Amino acid sequence: MGQALDVHRLHFAFTITFHYIFPQLTMGLALLLVYLKTKALRTGNDHYNRAARFWGRIFGINFALGVVTGIPMEFQFGTNWAVFSKAAGGVIGQTLAMEGVFSFFLESSFLGLFLFGEKKLGRLGHWCAGFLVFLGSWLSGYFIVATNAWMQHPMGYRLGPNGEIDLSSFWGLVLNKWALWQYAHTMLGAVQTGCFVMAAVGAFYLLTRRDEAYGRTFVRGGVLVGVVAAVLQLFPTGDAQGKMIAENQAVTLAAMEGLFTTQEGAPLAILGQPDVEKRRLDNPLEIPSMLSFLTYRKWAANVKGLDAFPQDQWPDRVEMLYYSYHIMVGLGTIFIALMVLAAILYWRKRLFESRWMLWTLMLCVPLPYIANTAGWITAELGRQPWLIYGLMRTAHGASPRVGAGNAWFTLIGFMGMYTVLGILWLFLVWREIEIGPEPGSKLRGETDIAPAAD
Amino acid sequence: METTWFCLIAIMITVFVLLDGFDLGAGAIHLLVAKTDRERRQVLASIGPVWDGNEVWLIATGGTLYFAFPSLYASSFSGFYLPLMIVLWLLILRGTSIEFRNHIKSAVWDPLWDFVFCTSSLLLAVFFGAALGNVVRGVPLDASGYFFEPLWTDFRLGDAAGILDWYTILVGALSLVALAMHGCLWVQMKTSGEVSTRAGKLAGLAWWGVLVLTAVVTAVSLRVQPQILVNLQKWPLGIVFPLLAVAGMAGVVFELRKRNERRAFYASCAYLTGMLVSVVFGVYPMVLPARNPVYSLTVWNAKATTYGLKIGLIWWVIGMILAAGYSAIVYRSLAGKVVVDQDSHGYGD
Repeated sequence: MGQALDVHRLHFAFTITFHYIFPQLTMGLALLLVYLKTKALRTGNDHYNRAARFWGRIFGINFALGVVTGIPMEFQFGTNWAVFSKAAGGVIGQTLAMEGVFSFFLESSFLGLFLFGEKKLGRLGHWCAGFLVFLGSWLSGYFIVATNAWMQHPMGYRLGPNGEIDLSSFWGLVLNKWALWQYAHTMLGAVQTGCFVMAAVGAFYLLTRRDEAYGRTFVRGGVLVGVVAAVLQLFPTGDAQGKMIAENQAVTLAAMEGLFTTQEGAPLAILGQPDVEKRRLDNPLEIPSMLSFLTYRKWAANVKGLDAFPQDQWPDRVEMLYYSYHIMVGLGTIFIALMVLAAILYWRKRLFESRWMLWTLMLCVPLPYIANTAGWITAELGRQPWLIYGLMRTAHGASPRVGAGNAWFTLIGFMGMYTVLGILWLFLVWREIEIGPEPGSKLRGETDIAPAAD
Repeated sequence: METTWFCLIAIMITVFVLLDGFDLGAGAIHLLVAKTDRERRQVLASIGPVWDGNEVWLIATGGTLYFAFPSLYASSFSGFYLPLMIVLWLLILRGTSIEFRNHIKSAVWDPLWDFVFCTSSLLLAVFFGAALGNVVRGVPLDASGYFFEPLWTDFRLGDAAGILDWYTILVGALSLVALAMHGCLWVQMKTSGEVSTRAGKLAGLAWWGVLVLTAVVTAVSLRVQPQILVNLQKWPLGIVFPLLAVAGMAGVVFELRKRNERRAFYASCAYLTGMLVSVVFGVYPMVLPARNPVYSLTVWNAKATTYGLKIGLIWWVIGMILAAGYSAIVYRSLAGKVVVDQDSHGYGD
């Protein structure tokens, strides 16, 4: 079982990490599309409609990839984690089924209309289609986060006589406090990805001196929405998540922070390498008493280290957890600095001429993806060794009859297929950026150009 | 309550087959009915704006199955591990081939995407049929409530049977011709010119295949799964489901002769509905029959708690009314034949 378990874990980790590349952009872009469509509606300027069409095309590519890589996620609960599914399906099946019934129908129906029906729908109708796509994708995010939040912090359930986990309170599941904060934090992360991508494309246009009117719109939109999201990411949402973890998953907090010994006035580690065997942080760069203050708002508060817990309750990948958490927080801090600086430059009317800032915005485009991924790795590794926190261990949840050989076979298959998809994705998105937002580009095939409508 | 959910899930599966069935069918016949690039774009445009919405029915059905019958979801998905994963890969290939062909206009790549689109749709139709065949035939569930089937063993019906044996392959073949006919009728209805004519002719040909295979599969199924006859004796009214399928078959050939494209498609819908509901009716109350009947999963031993099922019924009904509303809006605004040379993307410029 041991070997198969690792493959099942890697299987899920690999497919979900690749999958989340796409929704984080589409959820973020959905908000920005509503922003562009609203501007178009209020100013009556078709410039914003063309900008929205451009981003709609990029949204469409990412949405399609999100759909095809998302279906395997829903199936993998059953294929690779059958024992978990059997025990908990009555609870988390609710949120997963609601995602399908409430958000996917909404999203897919109106995305078709948003992309294919601008002329037919008229201005207000098209704005509505865009808004409903946004609503669908954000609802979908909520149901998924609520599912994960239940695994982090189970609520609204009752244990049955044979160890099955039964739903006892629907609202307890849907309005789990953990879900609300985790959702806010996750969505802000997605908005930041959308903002950084939009600003980066804008910066690219400004730096290459093409489509400069669009370049300014994109940089402005990305920076102005991005600065708000970056700040809210840290406070209150990140801060609230940290407190919930301290309260409910104290051992996870200790591992995330690399705190091996319980102490008063615990320091906050900025850098350093955890040495789990010797139970210490090598080459630490720390801010004294900061961890105590951030967690309990008291400089001298006692923070429990890993030594306060038996080792079989520690997350089983302390090093990876520590690094993913530090990468997430580190990048988040950089984003705040960068976005605030860019916003100040915009306010002083120097942003569009500031080449070094445009270069920075353009080169930063992979970073929000890394930060979002690191955030999810933190959440998932932090929950270990539990699959459902306090109720079921990961080691007990996998499918009993699916051996390592079959799991490797399908994992390798997914790796091959996703490599091809990844290359196609980069190629297609790059091609849309090359074609640009201005209609009538030579690169576009003749069939895509329709007679002007307005 | 559990029987209600059994019926609701059967309805969701039927809707999925009716809707995504024409996408898969259109894919399977793609290379046969459309020769030039223009014709192929006609076929793709006929399903372009709706295929991913139709696929949502599969996701929604999977999710609903998960919460209403968790044990069934866990046992069947882990037991059918390999074919399910292959189905997922095929769904990925189908989706990306449609999307990428739409985005890149290239004489070099188009034939490749057409080939991938056609092959993956075709294999999906076969695999979905084989899956249904497995449910009718039964699987080697044991006391633990789990099983694992290899893709194939010796292709014989027996205790060591794999996913594919001669019976399930036969059902797969029926599924392929039936969905091909369904797809032909859809393409005939939604396109014009040569493509529409060819699709109509091919539908007539496929009809004969469906007729023969339906007769054979029905005869064999009655022997493979004795529960069907038991249920028919218990509820004689159940005979209306196979009769609906027969009426659908008659309708298809009748309307094809009269060149009534829309009605021919609806008749095909009636045939598929009749067949699927007959299967579901035939295995009830089992949801996954075991070789050893003691271990069969039934609506009672696979269901979630009544509280969850009741709550679920409330939001499910609300959600489905909304979904039906969206679908109505979408299909209404896309009504009529597709035209590929005008503004297929609908952008204003």
